[in-house]
Amino acid sequence: MKNPLKKKSKAQQKQTLTPDALAALRKSGFSRRTFLKSTGALIVTFSVAGIYEIAKAQDNFAGGVAGSPPLDQVDSWIAIGADGNVAAYTGKCELGQGIATAQTQLVAEELCVPFSRVKLIYCDTSMTPDQGVTSGSQSHPANFNKSNLAQAGATARQALLQLASKQLGVPVDELAAKDGVISAKSDPSKKVSYGQLLGGKKFDLKLDVNAKRKSPSEWTVLGKPVPRQDLPALVTGEFKFVHNVRVPGMLHGVVVRPPAVGATLIGVDESSVQGMPGLVKVVVKKNFVGVVAEKRWQAIQAANKLKVNWTPGAGLPSHADFYDYVRNQKPTRDTLLVNSKDVDPKLSEAATVVKATYYHPYQMHGSMGSSCAVADVQGDKATIWSPTQGVWHQRGTSAMILGLKPEDVRIIFTRGSGCYGINGADTVTYDAALLSQAVQKPVRVQLTRKDEMAWENYGFAFVMDERAGLDAQGNIIAWDHEAWSPVLGNRPGYSTPGNVITGLLVGFQPEPFGARSPSPEPTSFNNNSNGVPSYVAGQVNGAVRGTGTIKSERALIHNTPSPFWTGPLRSPARLQNTFAHEGFMDELASRAKADPVEYRLRHLSDPRLMDVVKAAATKASWDPRPSPKPRTTKTGVVTGRGVACVAYERDNGFSAMVAEVEVDQDTGKVSVKHIVLANDSGPISNPDGLRNQIEGGALQGMSRALMEEVTWDDQKVTSYDWRTYRTLPLGFDVPKIDAVLLDRRDEAACGAGETAITVVAAAIGNAIFDATGARIRQVPFTPERVKAALSQRT
Amino acid sequence: MDIDPTTPLLYVLADDLELRGAKLGCGLGQCGACTVIVKGQSIRSCITPIESVDGADITTLEGLGTIQKPHPLQKAFIEEGAAQCGFCLNGIIMTAKAFLDKKPKATEEEIQKAMSGVLCRCFTHVRMLRAIKKAGQEMAR
Repeated sequence: MKNPLKKKSKAQQKQTLTPDALAALRKSGFSRRTFLKSTGALIVTFSVAGIYEIAKAQDNFAGGVAGSPPLDQVDSWIAIGADGNVAAYTGKCELGQGIATAQTQLVAEELCVPFSRVKLIYCDTSMTPDQGVTSGSQSHPANFNKSNLAQAGATARQALLQLASKQLGVPVDELAAKDGVISAKSDPSKKVSYGQLLGGKKFDLKLDVNAKRKSPSEWTVLGKPVPRQDLPALVTGEFKFVHNVRVPGMLHGVVVRPPAVGATLIGVDESSVQGMPGLVKVVVKKNFVGVVAEKRWQAIQAANKLKVNWTPGAGLPSHADFYDYVRNQKPTRDTLLVNSKDVDPKLSEAATVVKATYYHPYQMHGSMGSSCAVADVQGDKATIWSPTQGVWHQRGTSAMILGLKPEDVRIIFTRGSGCYGINGADTVTYDAALLSQAVQKPVRVQLTRKDEMAWENYGFAFVMDERAGLDAQGNIIAWDHEAWSPVLGNRPGYSTPGNVITGLLVGFQPEPFGARSPSPEPTSFNNNSNGVPSYVAGQVNGAVRGTGTIKSERALIHNTPSPFWTGPLRSPARLQNTFAHEGFMDELASRAKADPVEYRLRHLSDPRLMDVVKAAATKASWDPRPSPKPRTTKTGVVTGRGVACVAYERDNGFSAMVAEVEVDQDTGKVSVKHIVLANDSGPISNPDGLRNQIEGGALQGMSRALMEEVTWDDQKVTSYDWRTYRTLPLGFDVPKIDAVLLDRRDEAACGAGETAITVVAAAIGNAIFDATGARIRQVPFTPERVKAALSQRT
Repeated sequence: MDIDPTTPLLYVLADDLELRGAKLGCGLGQCGACTVIVKGQSIRSCITPIESVDGADITTLEGLGTIQKPHPLQKAFIEEGAAQCGFCLNGIIMTAKAFLDKKPKATEEEIQKAMSGVLCRCFTHVRMLRAIKKAGQEMAR
């Protein structure tokens, strides 16, 4: 070996705090953070269902789940050490999306300290506030607008200025804060540092919603392309993923999942592995089976050899006919998003009625590294290193799985492989906890590739009917969207471990399906699913909240029971609905013989959405003309361009994409040559981080549009590795990507991780139509599917 | 060390030696996360029994460079901001290293071909390919 081994000392390993957290605490001058309890006013600034209820029921904290540092206290977010260094605590974790760097910039900015003097500590139930889950493009809005971390920073700066004013005898507005020192503007020799003012002591102060935030015009740290702080450790192999957590005495566990969907356990023949080297225990709990061994290879071999008898599976609907199956399933849970109640009469008046059905398959998160967790459960206490997106949720549900009290369970977020939504992170955490509890020793579990892929909570399949009416001039006068999408399980939340496979195996049930048909009428406009097309007015209860002009509108979503686990996958439902809306909008433009950009702008009313469309078109040197391009040949390679746009969740980010493609009409192969993506996520906190998210989102969207689809037979999922679930490898013909970033400094911070990916499938599909005249309404656009569509051309 | 000779090399590196570079991505030799270099060749350590590399020099990501003295590839990845979650980086960098050592002046097409069996599910492709090209130029000097 070329590398000398660096063994950590036992003392270092025995520490209960993560090294990062310990270092930060020492740096901040604290021995150990103590929790704050308060009965003060409830400030809940994010809308996670359930938090209010739990908060009210417990009534011993001011937001977040019981035991969380109260969200309304500055001390829950910010600590200043005697040396003036700053520790910032947040419930939004770094998953690879760059939010740790951006949050560090935010705190440095609001507190007027150098970036390098802020240590961000995130997602450890022993010290960070409960901010629910890091997901849904919510971290930027949650922590950068007038609440939470940002407001804690502003309140802290305001308090420090007041303290300095008293100490220096200078009015606050004649003071300036810079680099952790406050001085008199007129006499800079009159100064005092943060460490001198407060070092090591608490603020003992509530977040002040009126504390003045720094104006973007004053920014010196935010808005800059600060490099990611984890990169040097990542590229040199020093970075510690959850996969690298090693605890003294740690054993290795491997789980044995059922061979088919719905199969239940008949029995385990422990004698089949008797005497295997290193074997510690075979663990069986209801339908949960696993083995623990001293070494990983021993555990894998034992799990492979273990004789386990299962019942046959429950049987699965045919993959080939699945979309018809979904459409006809009962019962349903129906949700009307908008309903002007005049769609049918308007359509009967229309000069032209256009109808089309779009299909989107189940897709998987397919994390690069299969999910992993390390649990140390001994007696009635548990410490768990988990890549979960929600440590407080994980604490509650792990406690349920283990039969322990939540306050006796500590969850330490430790980064896993990029997840893009709920991958195997939560379920493998339960696996490790169960196996550790069974042997009363620390156990590491990493799922096999097959167990990761066959049992994860897939991104939603969708069947989407679109109908619209055009008047004699080609303007849209009515739009109807009706979709069907199967669901089972979800994120576990605070109390539903049965929402993922391991929870079900040990006897917990998934959240109830909640059949409801017909849907009640909408009472407020909510387009979180982007089920409402951008081009309709969005009228609910007299208010007009949509982004478009079409007044006759209906959007109705039917959820149906799913045979497979489902959960949020990057842009959940938003991507699928947008694929249908934006493909269909292109069909309407073509029918009206209008340019697709001009036609979109003609039916939009929201200036921010219109601006990204215009910006993308300008950057792509868009040639205004109707699609398809006049065709010269039905063979060989042809080129085309397509556009798509979205107002993500109505007001949580705006993006528009122009895709330029080549289609080989002989093979059906689609090559994307150029992508232009214009994005508006409000004020840009870190332009390089945003660009990275957009580039990644664009290509991930391309992979999903061109290749990705979960398949199954009559018993089990048949997509269980990288041969049976395809993804674009590093070496494919990567398109040129131009990202146009619109910096909206006077707007609220919006999501940035899911805007780009939402528009990709539609933009590529529209470009294929432009090139060939063939419309592809089903993802993924495999060569076979493209060829089939090409053969339908007249 | 007393180790079952059929143990995949990866588990010895990650568990017995507690190295963090090579990672278990798929365990099937399909994704590249476990890549190490043996005799100038990038190999998938997750499917390589330890007995088959007995006595061989094995280069892991840690052996390329350090934070203080990074290898040109590591340096280029930092400069280009070429990561998101970073789980795949070991496979990307080690595969590129074995390839560029043989052909530092590779064209973009040749680099793409060399990287065709490696995955990045965050799709940081644009930056990674740019970093590899940049490192190749430096390594050719």
